[in-house]
This record gives sequence, C-alpha cells and structure tokens, in this order.
Amino acid sequence: MKPKVAFFDFASCEGCQLAVLNCEDAFLDILNLVDIVEFREAMSETAPRFDVAFIEGSIHREIDVQRLQGIRARSSVLVAMGACACIGNVQARSNFIAPAENFKRVYGEADRNLVQSDPEFWPLWAHTRVRAVKEIVSVDYELRGCPIVPEEFVHLVKALVVGSIPSFPANAVCVECKMAENECVFDQGETCMGQVTYGGCKAICVTHGYRCDGCRGFLPQANRVAHQAVLREKGLSDAQIEHRYRLFCSAQFVGRENRR
Amino acid sequence: MTIETKTYNIDLHHVTRVEGHGNIRINTRQGVVEEVKLSIVEANRFFESFTRGMSPQEIPWVVGRICGICCVGHQLSATKAVEAAQGIRVSPQTVLLRKMLNQSQFLQSHVLHVYFLAVPDFVGTPSVMPLIKTHPDVVKRALRLKKLANDYTAVLGGRTLHPMSHTLKGWRRLPTLDAIAQIHDRLLAAVPDLLETVAIIKTLKIPPYQRETEFVSLKHPDEYALYDGDIFSSDTQERVAVRDYLRVTNEFTVPHCTTRWSRWHRDAYAVGALARVNNNFHQLHPQAQEVAQVLGLKVPCFNPYMNTVAQVVEIVHCTYDSLAMMETVLNGGLREEDIQHTPVAGRGCGAVEVPRGILFHEYAFDESGRCCDANAIIPTSQNINNIEQDMKAFVPQMLPSMSQEALTLHMEMLLRAYDPCISCSVHMLDIQFTT
Repeated sequence: MKPKVAFFDFASCEGCQLAVLNCEDAFLDILNLVDIVEFREAMSETAPRFDVAFIEGSIHREIDVQRLQGIRARSSVLVAMGACACIGNVQARSNFIAPAENFKRVYGEADRNLVQSDPEFWPLWAHTRVRAVKEIVSVDYELRGCPIVPEEFVHLVKALVVGSIPSFPANAVCVECKMAENECVFDQGETCMGQVTYGGCKAICVTHGYRCDGCRGFLPQANRVAHQAVLREKGLSDAQIEHRYRLFCSAQFVGRENRR
Repeated sequence: MTIETKTYNIDLHHVTRVEGHGNIRINTRQGVVEEVKLSIVEANRFFESFTRGMSPQEIPWVVGRICGICCVGHQLSATKAVEAAQGIRVSPQTVLLRKMLNQSQFLQSHVLHVYFLAVPDFVGTPSVMPLIKTHPDVVKRALRLKKLANDYTAVLGGRTLHPMSHTLKGWRRLPTLDAIAQIHDRLLAAVPDLLETVAIIKTLKIPPYQRETEFVSLKHPDEYALYDGDIFSSDTQERVAVRDYLRVTNEFTVPHCTTRWSRWHRDAYAVGALARVNNNFHQLHPQAQEVAQVLGLKVPCFNPYMNTVAQVVEIVHCTYDSLAMMETVLNGGLREEDIQHTPVAGRGCGAVEVPRGILFHEYAFDESGRCCDANAIIPTSQNINNIEQDMKAFVPQMLPSMSQEALTLHMEMLLRAYDPCISCSVHMLDIQFTT
C-alpha cells in the first residue's frame, strides 16, 4: 500500500508547501508513489492518520501546540519542513522583544491593550514565543532552509517509500560553495555565514551574487568562536555579529546557548 | 425544507485551498441570518516589530518571508519603500527588470490559483488530485504553465521562492541574455496553452451574485499599473499619492481576526485582479481585452466570483507585456550597475500591485542607518472586510434556494475567488453552522 502523506502549516509564509507544488517535473511521479491525504493549501480532503506528516511553520500559541501534538500522535514519521519548523526562522527574532511590545509595534497601543485584556480576543492572540517544532514534539527528519531545497524533498520521499534512511550530509555551505567554484564572499569585501551553516543548498545564494545568511541553521560541530573572530577581523562589532547570527537562527542560537 | 425552517450552523475551520488559516462561521435560525463571521486565525509573526535593527539591504530580503506565494511582491514593495527612505533613484534598466520579475510572479500565482485552487470547485472535485485521472491534459497543462512562470522568476531572481539576485538599486547578478531569450521563446510557445485555459474558463458556471463595492488599485497614466502609480478609487475617481496610503487603508482591529481590517469611502473596499481590471481596463493589452470579452467580463463588474476570470485576463496581459519587455532587453542588452549604498537616516513608502491587490510597505531608518519603524499593509487584510460584507449580502439571497452544503461551498468559493493570502495578512477560514 502506498504511504499516506500529509502536510500541515503553522506560522510561516507557506512557501515550503509551494516549493513542494513547484516540483512540477517530479510531482506526478511522486503521486504514483504516495497518497497525499491532507494538504490544506492544495486540497480539501482530510484523513484520520498518516504515515508521514510534513510540518511547516513555527509554533507560537497554546492552540498551535495542541494541534501539533495531535498531528504527532497520528503520524508514524514526522518531518520538520523548512527553516520556520526547524529553527524558528526570522520571526524568532521577535523572541528578544516582550510580547506586549511586539503587539504594540504592530497594532498600536490601544489595540494592544484591547487584545490583551478582552477575553474575546483570546486564544487567537495569545502569543507566547516562537518555537521550533522539535521544542514541542519529537522530529524524525529535518528539511532545512528558507525555502526548502526541492531535491532534498524528493530524496526524502524516495527514501521513505523504499524504506531506507535518507542521508543529508552535514557539510558547511562553505564546502559546497567551493564546489560551485564561487569567488569567496570574504574576498569580495563582504562577510558570510557559510562556514558555520548546514549545507545542502549548493550555496545557491552566493552563486547568485549574495552572501550566506545562515537560513539552514548552524552545524552542530561548527567552530563558531573562530568564525566570530574572523568576522571581528573583517571589522564587524560584537553587536553586528550578534545581529548576523540572529537573522535567521534566533531560536536555535539562543535556545541552545542558554540550555548549555 | 422551507426557508422558515432553515436553521444552519456552518462552522468551517481552516478553509482549504487558500494560502493561510481562516474560518467561516454562519448561523441562520428559521430562515433569518443571525451571524456571518470570517475569521483569520493565523498566528502573529510580528514582522513590523522584529525588522527593527536591520540594515536597508536586509529589509526586502527578510520581509519577502511574509509570504511564499507573493515573496517577489513583498520584496519589490519593500525595496521601493527603502529606496524612498534612502533617497535612492534607480535606472530604467532596473525598473524594466523589476516589472518583469513582478509579472513573472503574477503568472505563477494566477496559474496556481486558477488551476489548483479555483477550478476544482467548478468541476466539483475536492482538489486537483482527482483531475489527474479524469482530466490529465488539464493537469499537465497547469503544471507546464506553472513551471514556465517559475522558471521566468528564477531567470530574473536566481530562484523561484525568495529570490536573491536583486537588491536596492539593481541586480547583484544580472540575468544572461541567453536565459531571457530562452524564456521568451517558451512564453511565446505557451500561447496555445493560454487559449486552452481561456476555453476551460469559458465553460465554468460562475455564480451570478453581485454587490456594488469600491475598487482600489494603482493607476498609472501610461500603462496598466502593476509596478508603479498613484492609489485610485473607483468611487471618487480620486488619486492619492502612495506616501498618503494610511488615508486610504484606515485600519481597525476586530476580535475574530488576527488581521486588521480596512475601509475607505464606504464599509469596505476590494483590491486585486477584479479591482485592477475594473479601474484600468482600457490599459490592458488588446489581447487581454479580447479575452475579457470572450469570458463575459464587462466593466464595471461587481460579481466577486469573477475575480478568477479577471486573473485569466491578467495572465494574458502579463504574457504579452512580458514578451514585449523581454524583446526590449534582448534588443538593448543589459549592463552592470553600481549597487553600493551607504545607509542613511530617512523614512519612505512604497507600493506595488501584487496578484492579490495593492501592497504597501513603509520603513524608517535612524542616524545609524538601522530600521527603527516598519509597517506593511497587505492586500488580503484590505479584502477581508469586503469578503465578510459579500457574505452578509449573499447568504440571505442564497438561503432560500440552497442546502447547507451548497451554501457552505458557495461561501468557500467566494473566499477562494478572492485568492486570499492569509499568511500575508497573518492566516484564514472556519464556516460554522450551528444546530
């Protein structure tokens, strides 16, 4: 029987679901291998349980935590899909600002006071903080990046279908950037997060003229102290370095460092 | 069942085939509509808060993450706002490339919406999946057109989602003329697919409901306004400069939505493909005007279900307009431009039309050149109020002749017709029928 696959979205841009729909060449082939039983962005069907659940988005509220736990309970395999689900993405930067201040900046003081005092506005507005999926439930596989790399998605689906273990080499972006024969960002007078960031993206941003901002998260074995020393050498202040580290990886950076 | 006994309690959580999370709740008791509520239940992400501290160059790159399906639009609107704040003027070459990039996203987004999100309702399937067996040619054509549009974005932007090749002032890495020539030829070869698309849409039975409303879009003296122009109201024919956008949007908060609502000259206004076609019909490419006629879209059109048809008209417009722009690039060539910029203090606004309507961004930077204030007003949040007003107007009209199931479907179709992008506006639909 074909594995039953489902997609769920939490706080995100839903671009990773779109990246799945964008696998146009492989899309019909994938549908021959799996049954997509739930995919709210693209279809109305729903299902009671799943062999594989893909989770997009970060988790912000108690109602989202409960929904996620329900999905985990009904799934054999759970995949965190994209930077929001894996590391909280850019919105985790809001964790450094008090929720009351976040609401005030976005909705104004009067509306902030209203949504935080009138129970009618709860629980939709009960933001706590931005969390990665693995902070709530156990995660079997991670598809990294903002957005995900379609080839990695196809690789994972193929592996799960044939019952093998998908492999995502723990290279730095820097390694793949060399293989792509790009001129080093540091040599162009810019700075880059590629040395400490999970590869798998083939350094696509550098290839197209930009730098790496670390959207795929930090490699656990990366020497961040040495990387920060290099950034300092290139003239970045401690505040600027912190800013760069927190651009895409706030939840990961703070979560990990605090727990140690 | 007679109308007097119709007690419907519709409670639809997380309406499907829309981008984002939304709920519709409708309660009728003995033929009387007691409650119609459209809720956006998306979690807050606070972009306007956490962008503080960012550099001018980082802003468009990060705020593109507001939405995957309109990432290019967010990047372009934010880029224009940041450039206004930084006193940057851009070259005609950069404007031309940005217009192409923007239209590539129109093509991608409209094709996705028309084929994957809207068409299943009209043929009576819950998604595009069953069509793979029953209408394989349609699905293959949809995938082909979508891939073409995605490749068009990637040629200009480096990739389809969250492209990185462009920035303030211009392009970090210019597209190659070879790549543009290839995409030009593929787009030209896709014209038969477009005609087939028009033929399919012509067979769809569009629900005949109307509610007069105010249409708001950009308006430009020389072209069908997608990238540039003033804000325009169909009610007053008034033009408002983009820097005065807050005078147009007048946002307010309601308990059942995590998105803010808008209104201008009346209870609510509409933005998007139908608003643009209504406001700027005569500036559409002649081929697009002809398609509008073939599909029975006559302006002014107050039937919100016709938004899907307006999107098809815009697909045709963007195809022909893009072909012309590509030819301009191929004839004139592209040259490297200096994109260095030292951040300064300042405040600025920007607006572009994105597939779902007019999109505003505003940023301020302090003396150190870091962002100190941000605001973004998204098309879907401007439309939500109008959608709820449509529902309130249509439910009593539909109630006498429709079962609860038919009414629910028509409400979902209405929401989908607006092609709402709820991630943008924070997320959307729950229909609740109470018994």
